[in-house]
Amino acid sequence: MSPRQQTYYRGIRMAPYDLVREGLIAILVVLVLVCGLAAWLSSPDEPPLTVQHVATSDPVTFLQTALGELNGTDSISTYGPPYNSGSGSVQSLGPISLQRLAGVRIPIDPARDDVLGPLGMVAAIDPRAGTALATFTAAGASQQAAWETAFGAALGKARMQGQAVVLPNGAYGPVAPMLTALLNLGRAGLLEPAVDHSDRIYSTDNTRSLLFLQASALPALASQDHLVGTQWGMMNETGNYPGQAWLWLYTFWYQVPAYASSPNADVLVMATMGVLTLILLVLPWIPGLNQLPRLLGVYRLIWRDYYREQALSATVPQRPETPAGGQP
Amino acid sequence: MNLTSSLRNRLERKVALEDLLPDELPSYVHAYVYLFGIATIASLFLLILSGIWLAMAGPTWWHVSNLGHYVNSVHFWCVQAFFFFMVLHLWTSFFQGAWRDGRGATWTVGVLCFLVGLGTAFTGYISQQNFDAQWIAVQGKDALNAIGVGAFFNVLNFGQMYGFHIVVLPVAVSALVGLHLLLVRTHGVVRPYPANDREGDQ
Repeated sequence: MSPRQQTYYRGIRMAPYDLVREGLIAILVVLVLVCGLAAWLSSPDEPPLTVQHVATSDPVTFLQTALGELNGTDSISTYGPPYNSGSGSVQSLGPISLQRLAGVRIPIDPARDDVLGPLGMVAAIDPRAGTALATFTAAGASQQAAWETAFGAALGKARMQGQAVVLPNGAYGPVAPMLTALLNLGRAGLLEPAVDHSDRIYSTDNTRSLLFLQASALPALASQDHLVGTQWGMMNETGNYPGQAWLWLYTFWYQVPAYASSPNADVLVMATMGVLTLILLVLPWIPGLNQLPRLLGVYRLIWRDYYREQALSATVPQRPETPAGGQP
Repeated sequence: MNLTSSLRNRLERKVALEDLLPDELPSYVHAYVYLFGIATIASLFLLILSGIWLAMAGPTWWHVSNLGHYVNSVHFWCVQAFFFFMVLHLWTSFFQGAWRDGRGATWTVGVLCFLVGLGTAFTGYISQQNFDAQWIAVQGKDALNAIGVGAFFNVLNFGQMYGFHIVVLPVAVSALVGLHLLLVRTHGVVRPYPANDREGDQ
């Protein structure tokens, strides 16, 4: 032991210790524990939700999502940074919006990326879809809006006939064949690669297809599994598994009405957690808080054997102890 | 000024080998609460080993192989064990006032280990390529976008998250845990609060 530590521990009985042996035993014990738990309880692996699944099992939801992206009424079209210059989901703390300051760094235009772009690819192999797309893009904005509005109203009265979506007659123009072609692309399992494709041959960025799924299909499934924010979902996971229990405090704030009902809920929660984290980091230097353990007295339980030993040897003259609550 | 010799002199002054690998410690270190720290490190060690196995086989292997699923399950329970022991270690260190007598930096680095560990687990959940990964990504994006982080750290981008999860953050956690251990060993564990303080409270 170095002279510095000898000085620090003066008056305290030292005992033999084998750190390396302790470490090896700890690894062995934890290994047995995790291997046993893995064999007994396994781990969650719910299959991912695919656009193909949505297009096949709930084509009306698929068409509503696609129409929302085409006419710009979905949440991402007006989201704001980092996707575009909208303001629908921009949050701020007082006058400061870090979201705006960070800027548009992942440009996304759902109509172009998820609908018109993939249909442009389909046009190469499906002349009917190509003609509809050409008619749509050649029309003026008001005509496009009229077709979209008529198609949206008809979707509310849609009925299924086998795998076909049957709509009442209406003035949809090219929107119906366009979105039918997109639905067929989705059913074939080709919409994700069409929207996530990049200039490189390998694509590892799923931003666009995930944003398409989050429009309605993902939240509906997540709600069934108690995974949404108001259900403490941020710390839960599918199945009967512990989830990210360590996020309990972060998740807690979303259950507080004052936070949950605010249009700036996320930034308020992040700011609150930021302040609490900062306090935890600099706790040793905060007067009062750094004396809390001494006042709580749990240390008496932790060191009870040491205090008992000290009491027994109280008759033996000893060097005075280090002052209580010494400065860090 | 010779940087090499000044570094050597500084290390000789600050780091004594007999403190790094002591064969005797204060008798109170035999209390069970001192095991939580070493259990956390053991969990991290096994977490990294199982993670290396999963990384070598590729991100889709464990979805299609029984052995892969078991290795993933070991990795999963290592994460749970890591946080379980780390939180116990954090609480018991708090109740001991473990930052006393010049150990403030040890506490702060320990808290940083916890925070970076949170990020590592979060990116791991996102990298799973299953329903949990999809949902956690779309749910988490809004909070990160709201504070401007999402523009640079895109949780919907699997490639970026996987890189963070298997390289950037594990290296950061390992370095921080190494620094934390070095600080613990060079300063030694904190002394108990004085016994007379205990009597005075009664």
